[in-house]
Formats: sequence, C-alpha cells, structure tokens
Amino acid sequence: MKNIFAVAGIVIKELYRRKDFYVLFILTILICLIMASVNVFNDNQIIRYLKELCLLLIWVSSLVIAITTTARQIPAEKENRTLLPLLAKPLSRTQLIFGKFLGCWLACGLVLICFYVFLGALAASREHSWPLLNYFQAAFLHWFTLGTVVALTLLGSLVFAAPSSNSTICFVIVATILCIGRYLDAVALSLSEPFRSIIYAIYFTIPHLEIPFEMRNLIIHDWPLIGWNFVALDAIYLSAYTMVFLVAACLVFRRKAVN
Amino acid sequence: MSVILKTEKLRVEFANREFLKSVKVALSSLDLEVNAGEVFGFLGPNGAGKTTAINVLLGFVPPKSGAAYLFGIDVRQPIARQRIGYLPEMTYYYKFLTAEELLRFYAKIFGVPRKEADKRIDQLLKLVELEQVRKRPIKTYSKGMQQRVGLAQALINKPDLLILDEPTSGLDPLGRMKVREIIQRLKNEGKTVFFSSHELGEVETVCDRVAIIHQGELKTVGRVTDIIEKHHGNLEKAFLDIVGYQPQTAS
Repeated sequence: MKNIFAVAGIVIKELYRRKDFYVLFILTILICLIMASVNVFNDNQIIRYLKELCLLLIWVSSLVIAITTTARQIPAEKENRTLLPLLAKPLSRTQLIFGKFLGCWLACGLVLICFYVFLGALAASREHSWPLLNYFQAAFLHWFTLGTVVALTLLGSLVFAAPSSNSTICFVIVATILCIGRYLDAVALSLSEPFRSIIYAIYFTIPHLEIPFEMRNLIIHDWPLIGWNFVALDAIYLSAYTMVFLVAACLVFRRKAVN
Repeated sequence: MSVILKTEKLRVEFANREFLKSVKVALSSLDLEVNAGEVFGFLGPNGAGKTTAINVLLGFVPPKSGAAYLFGIDVRQPIARQRIGYLPEMTYYYKFLTAEELLRFYAKIFGVPRKEADKRIDQLLKLVELEQVRKRPIKTYSKGMQQRVGLAQALINKPDLLILDEPTSGLDPLGRMKVREIIQRLKNEGKTVFFSSHELGEVETVCDRVAIIHQGELKTVGRVTDIIEKHHGNLEKAFLDIVGYQPQTAS
C-alpha cells in the first residue's frame, strides 16, 4: 500500500503545482459570481436557476479536471521517460495503476470539496440555510462517479497513445451516458432485432452515471434526503465498475513493453 | 563468489513494423553471469542490444525465451529490483518536484524509514553537489545537474548492484570524472556495478571484466587484461577486432 500512496502523492502534487486546475476553478467561480449578482425579473426563486447552472458548471469542470488529469498520467510518464527510473524500483505495474488512480481520484475529491463549499456559501448567502446533508449526498456520489470516470480514462490512456484522443473519447462516452444512458432501454423497445438486443446489451453493460447526476435536484429544489442505504448501494455499484476498469487497465499494462 | 546477475539463453524479439516482414531479433541466446563485487562492462556498437538486455534485466521488456535473474530472483518479480540502483542513458525526472522531494519519493518506494531517508538524502545531495539547490524544482536544473540527480536517485537505497546505461553520455569532463569516482568508490565498498558504455578508455580503467555483444549475440566475455593481451593492443583494438571492423583504405 505504501507504494500506491507514494505514487498517489506525486499525482496530487503535480495537480496543485500545475496552472490548469486554478484556471478552471477560478473561471467556474467567476461565472457563478457574475450569475449570482444578477436578479432577472426580480424572481424570488432565481436562486434555484443559479444553483442549477452552478451545479452544471461544477459537473462539467470536475469532468474536465478528472479526464484531462488522468488521460496524461501514463502517456506523460512514457513521453518524459520518467516511467523507466520509476519501474526500475520495486514497484509493480499494478501498484502504479492503482497509485495513479488513487492520486487522480483524491485530487478530484479535493476539487469537489472546493466547488461544493463555494456553491454552499453562495446559496446560503441568498437562502440563509445550510442543508449540509443534501450537499454531502450529492458530492459523495459525484465523487464516486468521478472515480469510475478516472478508471475508465486510465484504461483509455493505455489503449490510445495520444492523451488528446483519449480525453475526447472519454468525454463523448461520459456525456452520452449522462444524457441518453437512461433512455436506451426505451430506444431498444422501439427497434427490431438484432438492434434491439445490441442496444439492450449496451444498456446493461454501461455504468449508469445518471443517478449521481440527478442528485443535483436535492440541492436545487431542496428535496428531502434519499435513503442512506440507496446512496451506499449506488456507491458500491460505481465502485464495482471502477474496479472492472482498473483490473482491465492492469491486464493491458502488464503486457506492454515500456522501453 | 556469488552470482548477482544472471541471464540464461535470453532471446528478445521485436515485431517488425513493415507488413509481412520477419521479426527483429534484438538478443539471441544471451548467457551472462556477473559476480558480487565486480565492475562489469557491457560493450557493443550502437544497436547491438545492450539497452535491450538492460531493459529485460529491469523488467521493462519481457523476453521471448530464456530467463534473467537478479540476486537469484526472476526479474519479472518487482522484489528483484529492491537491491539495485539504475541510471538510464537519458535522465528525466518529475520536473515539478525538487531534488529533495524526488529522492524522498524514491526512498518511500524502497521502504527506507523517514529518518534514514533524511540522512541519505543529505549525504547524496552533498555527494552530487546539489545541496545548494535541493529546494529548487528540477525544471530549473541544467542537463548536468539533472544527470547528478539521476546518480543520487540510483544510490538512494544503498544498492548492492548498480546498473548504469551509458552513464557518461552527454556529460562534460567534470561530470564524467564524478561518475568515474562514484563507480570507483562503489567498487571499493564491494558493490557490484554493471554498466554499458562506449567510452572504452573509461571501461579499461574501471572494469574487472567485460562482455562484448554484436547484433544481439555475445561475442566475448572475460577479464579486461586477458582480452587486451589476446588482441595485442588496447581495449579499443580488441573491440574493433571482435565486432569485425574492417578499415576502408583510400583508393
């Protein structure tokens, strides 16, 4: 485990010493602040729209950070040849993959804390209430979703040589799942064979990330909390997919020559 | 004398990128044994297979057939690399880290306790003369300084076997002298050094034994003095004879 934590520590250090995270973070905050300063039509409920837009921005920003940070990890190590002295140490390739995953995932967690604290403060300044548990449930499942996305991107970085192509493919996959993943079963019903079976197979194979995405409504509409057992179940479901992607990444990486 | 590094009928093939072309044999049936406490030079012209052999020893490239062992452990096991230090030909390290942070990271992977790691980092940064810049990011270092960070990281675990892949390539005379001094010091401490080099004068000075490979095949292995004696000259003449170099005469 110490090797995994050591690699993860380097990933986190890299994230906070690079400028791209700060640019994205400041940009998101600036957009939210500008929106918060405007009161369109003197609507008392404008805070709901504001929260919805902020949460959408937070989701997009967190996905950009998760995917771009993860996509460059292994290719950059190869390109900069830092992989050779690293793997010449008593560090297995499996430990390297898990270390990279843990680093990216924890970094995403830190980013989410910053974003959600900011959103909470912004909303509280208007609503004068702190529904902390709602924020916690939404952020918690958001973080687990990012775990699955990080693992998928890590696997992609071993299959596709260029980080840019891997990032694009991962963005398309994640956006497709978030937008139309839940409707695939309905689409399948309207099709004839063999397309029906193919779409059904895709529907049951893809990780359904839409539940955490819809948790935004807890914050936007101040809905009551959902059951903790349901939150735990969804976290386990996402963790299972994360593990599948990580094991696949380890298997792919184990067979690769790194010279 | 115990054998520290051993290869048995090692064969490495690379797929040819051209369609329907046969595979390229990088190493063919390489048998090597390096004993504890010796400085072993691994020589050959460019493309002979030196770096490929080192890559197999470090577990970077899987052999097609045969086996390689470090301290009697199959090189495919990460633990085989616990007692080695490695300096690659081109040294590139995490540029966003300082030399101190880089050494601490590698020490952590080797499982060196925190206090001991601090002590070793101080000693090594002093040895490679980077004490003054230890808190500066590596991206601000010159090429020579980066090479010295490489040397320090190769020694962080107090290795019993040091594998150096053309350690002096691209270094100025002072840097070369430093590397030579360190090899000599390790030799005096009874450590084993395995290094590939094109600097035959340097090899002649520091090595006990050498192996010469050409086109993936081991051509000769033996004591430096014996090889020189056999070829009536110096190591350079012996090397050229062994790889079959024919000087072209001007017409």
